[in-house]
Amino acid sequence: MAERMTPVEVRAPGGWQIGTVTSIKAETPRTKSFRIKLPMWIAHLPGQHYDVRLTDPDGYRAQRSYSVASSPLDEGGVELTIDRLEDGEVSPYFHDVVEVGDLVEVRGPFASYFVWRMEKPVLLLGGGSGVVPLMAILRHRRRTMPTLPMRLVYSVRSTEDVIYGDELDDDSLLTFTREAPESWKGHRGRIDRELIAAAGIEPGIAFICGSNGFVETVSQLLLAAGWEPRQVRTERFGPTG
Amino acid sequence: MNGFVSRGFKRRRQTSEELEERLPPGQYSEPGFPVLTAGPTPEISKGDWTFRIDGMVANPREWSWEEFGGLPFEDIPCDIHCVTKWSKLGTSFGGVSVDVLLEQAEPLDAYAMVYSYGGYTTNLGIEDVSDGKAWVVTEHEGEPLPREHGGPARLLVPHLYFWKSAKWVKGIRIIDHNEPGFWESNGYHDRGDPWKEERYWTD
Repeated sequence: MAERMTPVEVRAPGGWQIGTVTSIKAETPRTKSFRIKLPMWIAHLPGQHYDVRLTDPDGYRAQRSYSVASSPLDEGGVELTIDRLEDGEVSPYFHDVVEVGDLVEVRGPFASYFVWRMEKPVLLLGGGSGVVPLMAILRHRRRTMPTLPMRLVYSVRSTEDVIYGDELDDDSLLTFTREAPESWKGHRGRIDRELIAAAGIEPGIAFICGSNGFVETVSQLLLAAGWEPRQVRTERFGPTG
Repeated sequence: MNGFVSRGFKRRRQTSEELEERLPPGQYSEPGFPVLTAGPTPEISKGDWTFRIDGMVANPREWSWEEFGGLPFEDIPCDIHCVTKWSKLGTSFGGVSVDVLLEQAEPLDAYAMVYSYGGYTTNLGIEDVSDGKAWVVTEHEGEPLPREHGGPARLLVPHLYFWKSAKWVKGIRIIDHNEPGFWESNGYHDRGDPWKEERYWTD
């Protein structure tokens, strides 16, 4: 009985809780999505992140932050998409050890800058695994206001780097910077002025996520295309191993 | 401690005992210097750069780049801790102690709102920017501070999480009340002491 009585204060965002992994999807050879059921779930804003904490038997701990990929309409849990970094400590654990049914310690959702609050029109620009928080925004829009003007421009190196490939639709523009599939008729090369113009989104709000170099280049392209700095939100990957 | 152990998790990163003691809870040692900035990187030439202390001060002051260069310059060896979990241990910056600047401006109250080119702000109690705890720095490890790390000048407050060390710093406004800055309004802790793991609002 006592177990079922959750104290009110720990329902506030930010408390550590133990979630259960309910599904694992290999998105690419180095990226997996984990659905985690949470005992104290609250709706996140698309773009927010969770912290994950691992503890070994000696009490050693490692923490990292991961963006939520799911829409807040998926009640009771979150999807975290985790890129495997070879010399990392947390991401290899998720890739090599975690199975469905495992318990993982997490807390969130956090931060309210790189979040979508239904502003429009929306241009999403992602490089590599920088697409993850953008997918939360895109998925949420598809389920709540599918006609709201929003476009994802997504830059990847090659076919095997495409995360969420089966979900990319007319609202997404993909470009391959190194190697495109043979039959590919779409864009090639890095995001440039022409590709941004092809997205057909008037300055409204832009979310850019990727490596520092990617974010720097793309944000300068937007400024050159007439966007105001206050219309451009960025999230740069720090090392998250 | 709740006794939870992550099934099958084994520590992979080894840190020497000496460095271990310098790592606050939940942090790991990162040899590089990652860039994390909200929004596009502003470009400020040294000719246009000024630094000012205004608000509730007896003597509002503004320094040009040249005037700033005439102030006493210190080397500051330090460890820095980013709220996104990385720490950079054993790095160094060069710049002017905020004590020197405050002494000239004579603050009349206890709260500082630091503001930057590009619109970033962060709040600090005046006790966190005085008595040798904060600097306005123009060099990193002996080189001019790169633009992506806040050049020409950034604040350095190494005893707090690094978002308090505002890049492209433009000035400090002394005010009579505490008011959240940019990240402090967006879910991050008001003070941000890494040793108490003050990351988010609820910490």
